[in-house]
Amino acid sequence: MSEDIHERQRPVVLEAINAVADRIESEQDHLTELDSAIGDADHGANLTRGFSSVREELEEIEDEPIDAIVKEVGTTLISNVGGASGPLYGGTLLTASQELTDGITAESSVAFAEAYLAKVKDRGDATVGDKTMVDTLTPAVHTYKKSIEEDELPPLTALAKAVDAAERGVEYTVPLKAMKGRASFLGWRSVGHQDPGATSTLYILEELLAVAETHLEGETAVEAVAENVSETDESADDAEATDAEQT
Amino acid sequence: MQKLINDPDNYVDEMLDGMVSAYPERLTRVDDTKVLTRDSLIDDKVGIVTGGGSGHEPTHAGYIGDGMLDGAAAGEVFTSPTADELDTLAQACDTGEGVLCVVKNYEGDVMNFDTAAEMAEIEDVTVEQIVVDDDVAVEDSLYTSGRRGVCGTIFVHKAVGAKAAAGGSLEEVAAVGEKVIDNVGTMGMALTSCVTPAKGEETFDLGEDEIELGIGIHGEPGTERTDQLSAEEVGTHLTENVLDDLDPAAGTEVAVIVNGMGGTPLSELFIVNNAVQSTLEAHELDTWETMVGDYMTSLDMRGCSVTVCTVDDELKELFAAPADTPALTRAGDDE
Repeated sequence: MSEDIHERQRPVVLEAINAVADRIESEQDHLTELDSAIGDADHGANLTRGFSSVREELEEIEDEPIDAIVKEVGTTLISNVGGASGPLYGGTLLTASQELTDGITAESSVAFAEAYLAKVKDRGDATVGDKTMVDTLTPAVHTYKKSIEEDELPPLTALAKAVDAAERGVEYTVPLKAMKGRASFLGWRSVGHQDPGATSTLYILEELLAVAETHLEGETAVEAVAENVSETDESADDAEATDAEQT
Repeated sequence: MQKLINDPDNYVDEMLDGMVSAYPERLTRVDDTKVLTRDSLIDDKVGIVTGGGSGHEPTHAGYIGDGMLDGAAAGEVFTSPTADELDTLAQACDTGEGVLCVVKNYEGDVMNFDTAAEMAEIEDVTVEQIVVDDDVAVEDSLYTSGRRGVCGTIFVHKAVGAKAAAGGSLEEVAAVGEKVIDNVGTMGMALTSCVTPAKGEETFDLGEDEIELGIGIHGEPGTERTDQLSAEEVGTHLTENVLDDLDPAAGTEVAVIVNGMGGTPLSELFIVNNAVQSTLEAHELDTWETMVGDYMTSLDMRGCSVTVCTVDDELKELFAAPADTPALTRAGDDE
């Protein structure tokens, strides 16, 4: 059964990873522009280099289980992004991918999202309000978890709400004074600029949602709740999107 | 500015090849990486590794050898090595007793070492880390939260290397490293900025008659800019600042490094040392050992740093223990 879910979900996971790579590449200049205002102007180039390598790597891992694919994406990002972003965007996936050994379900996607956020916060020693990617991820993960577990919404709806929350998180970074990362050394001069890491993280989430939408159309709340535990295509897709999001 | 290079893109690669071909019986390079290790590991000894950006030579690989490091990973100039290379390093230097990573406190280095430790542990390599943060000049620098790790790292390498060679456990080796970190301080200054091979120009501008105090080792600006000072004033100022932070009791013994930043004549470092010694004497401190030379550099920067480490019997024994590396040797005759 577990093998089945990996078989079924793999194409969607690969599609999501490719979509993220496309988006990062197309936003490269914008990310670099944001980073040149408050950092060292290499965020767009570094992430693009990382995700281009991921794309090249995909052919070799396309028969692996979901968790192995996500882990490999992490390893590839670590080797190719460089600096602190390698561990933050890639290293975090090594840990979080362990939540996906039984594929992507509503349950495992929440666990994945929480593990990923916890690792980002721990690795970067950052918390909400520091003007980092944590400001995007925290409301997104919180909203996703609450939507699934308390409001019992279908995973696609939960993911859409999470992306909305992430967007507000990115806007929230604009007036903040940076407390972590290179921008923190600008002190008050960092105020008024949108954080590049928070922004690229939002792009990743948006792409996961877009891919999830193409596969989960027609999903209903009733179905999603009913299939919360068993793995259906829908919850699988959605959850997968979430995990890819973390990618 | 002219440099003795071929292609800036091959700077680190060619440097590592040159180091290995200079010391073929001591160093070996792990294929397709920027990881250097000693030619053969010693069985049943805790592995001692470090790594960081290039441009600080002889740090890091220059300290590979008996009594100090087992391996080192090089990043690009002033850029952390990637976590996968650090993972390769840890695995290459493990003989089953665990591996101690000596990390200098920079955000990129710390995050990559943390990630590498997780990767290595998946392969059943036990990894401990100690983070050196000896720079008393700044609390937060351009490259890190908290104090930077600079030349005091040499004393850490020496102590943990000696403890491991003496058969210390991973825990014991890490403990002597922490002891050095608790008792060491450094402050640096520059007469010129360094010039990175990729950029080819100075990373900060200094006037003809200006100097920068409190600089780091990556061409980042310091904490204060002043008119030209004499060697005596520089030596005194740096030492006073370090002592202010360490606050050692009168009669304490200290080990000292007067370190060149890469472009400073040795003669000038010796001249600075006079002021360092008189300052220590004024504070009623006893110099147990002094090292003068290029140990932790910043490419071609002209300038120096002063490192002071208070020592007790344990640290003296570890510092005096035998070492045989390209950049530092000790005969080991402690009496």
